[in-house]
This record gives sequence, C-alpha cells and structure tokens, in this order.
Amino acid sequence: MPDEGNDIFAVAGRRFGSRLIMGSGGYPNRQVMLDSLAASGAEVVTVSIRRISLEGYAESMVDLLGGRYELLPNTAGCESVRDAVLTAELAREALGTDWVKLELIGDRETLMPDGVQLVEAAEQLVRSGFRVLPYCADDPILCQRLVDVGAAAVMPLGSPIGSGMGICNPFNLEMIVRRSSVPVVCDAGIGVPSDAALAMELGCDAVMLNTAVSGSSDPPRMAGAMRRAVEAGRMGRLAGRIPRRRYAEASSPQLGLIGT
Amino acid sequence: MTARARINGEDAAVEAATVAELLAERGVDAAARGVAVAVNGAVVRRPDWAGTPVREGDEIEIVKPFRGG
Repeated sequence: MPDEGNDIFAVAGRRFGSRLIMGSGGYPNRQVMLDSLAASGAEVVTVSIRRISLEGYAESMVDLLGGRYELLPNTAGCESVRDAVLTAELAREALGTDWVKLELIGDRETLMPDGVQLVEAAEQLVRSGFRVLPYCADDPILCQRLVDVGAAAVMPLGSPIGSGMGICNPFNLEMIVRRSSVPVVCDAGIGVPSDAALAMELGCDAVMLNTAVSGSSDPPRMAGAMRRAVEAGRMGRLAGRIPRRRYAEASSPQLGLIGT
Repeated sequence: MTARARINGEDAAVEAATVAELLAERGVDAAARGVAVAVNGAVVRRPDWAGTPVREGDEIEIVKPFRGG
C-alpha cells in the first residue's frame, strides 16, 4: 500500500502526484482562474477546442497554462461521432498531445452522455492512436464496453454537468471502481468538498471538477478545499473504512466502570 | 481568383490560394501555438498549411483551445 508521498496517479501513460483534475471554464476572470488552479494543486487542466473567433483574438490557453499544466483537451458539446472524432484530431494537432477527454452528449438540455455513440467514437480514436478518457454515465456495463474498445480510463459522472448534485448513485460508482481495469475518474456533478471526498472514499482514482470551484463565491478558497477533500478521501480509502453496523459498538472498555 | 468556401461555419469569399494564406487573410497568427486547421473533415498539419490549396466549396475549420471543463 503506497504512503501519501508515493501515491502516484498513473493514467494514459502519465504519472501525477495530484488526483484532482480541474476544468478551466466559467471563472470570473483570468487571474481568479490562475489562482484557483494553483490552489487546487492540480497538474492536469482541461480545455475545450473551439472555432477561432474571426473578430476578436482571445488570449491563448496554451501560452497561459501550457508550461504549468498538462492540458487535457475535451470534445465538449459534440453530438455526433464525426464531430467528436474531428475535434479530437484537431486537439491533437493544436496541443501536440495524444490524450482526449471524449465527450459526446445526447442532448443540450441534460448534457447526458450518449453511450452508444461514445463507444463508437472511443473505438475509432483508440484505433487512430489516441488515449481516450470518455466522459460517461455511471453505468458499470457501459464502462466495461469502453474498456473493451481500449479506453485508457473511464470518467463516470456523479450527477449532471454543472448541477452540483454530488454523487447521486454511490453504489454504481463503487461497482464501477470494483470492476474496472483502468483508472476511474469521477467527473461532473461535484458541488462541495464532501462530494469529492466521497468519490475518493468510494475508490475513484481521481476527481474532475470545474463549476464547483469556478462558480463558487471564492474560487481559490474552494479550490484549496477541493484539494484537501480529494487528499482526505484518498487517504481514507487507503486506510480502509470500518464496516457499517446496524447497532452501536463501544469504543471504551466495558470493564472497570465506576459505580458497578 | 476568389473561391467560395465555408470558414468556421460561415460562407465566405476567399482570395487566399492556400491554407497559410487564408490564415494570414483572417488575421490568425500562424506562428501562434495551439491553432489547428481541418479542410473537409481532415486535419491539415501545420507543415502542410503552405502547400494545401483552398478550393471552391471547401469546408474549413480553424480552431484553438479555449476554456472548458
């Protein structure tokens, strides 16, 4: 069992000390984003791939974050296999990287992943040499299908993107962890630090979050809280929880009570 | 010669003869890191920008990394 100083998160051929993956969206401004990412201790930061605005030329995420963080491009918003695969290929060219957080949403209201198309896109991308980290439903069978086609990790949701509802089905997440031969990253739905800690206590290898920090009243402070929560949850998982009991079990000695 | 093409989802009249010229025409710094281009659904790698022609009816995507989760 690794000690805390030697507890490496290995995924997609990379090794990290931090088990918190941060998104880069939705911050009030650039400085708050930078401060929050720093406070989170994250080494991996996700970015989206979008059409260059032909009017304004926004600052480059590569210049802003590239030296400090490993950038993980996503295919957020894609609704077809074709668009997701092309976005991944553009991301590979743009960032010179071989990994992708594969998102294929079923519709724009729920932002729920389209599992059928996800497996197809993952298979295509794996064949083209990508290391694929699919964002998926918290479905153990679907996760297995993704592993079968070569996914480097699975990223089951805790609850819908940006909902802050936490981990709605901890039993599914635990089942995914127990059966998975690849790292499990709980992605989406984290609202508060205890959600992140729970994900780690359930055995997830890492947590990915964005809005819980970027949308909070004090993002750098929340980022620090998330960092500690992920660490606490991980340590708790490694330490091994006590079994649940239906009745009390005294922790003080039962003998030598005064007055008996 | 002007070609009609679809650039980032919008119809456009293009004077540029190549992808590299198109980027210049659009004010995209070709040296900037993080820019990627696809023509008709296939990525055109950076070293090939200068040698890839822009033709009538081409669908061209010019992208870069943005914020996201």
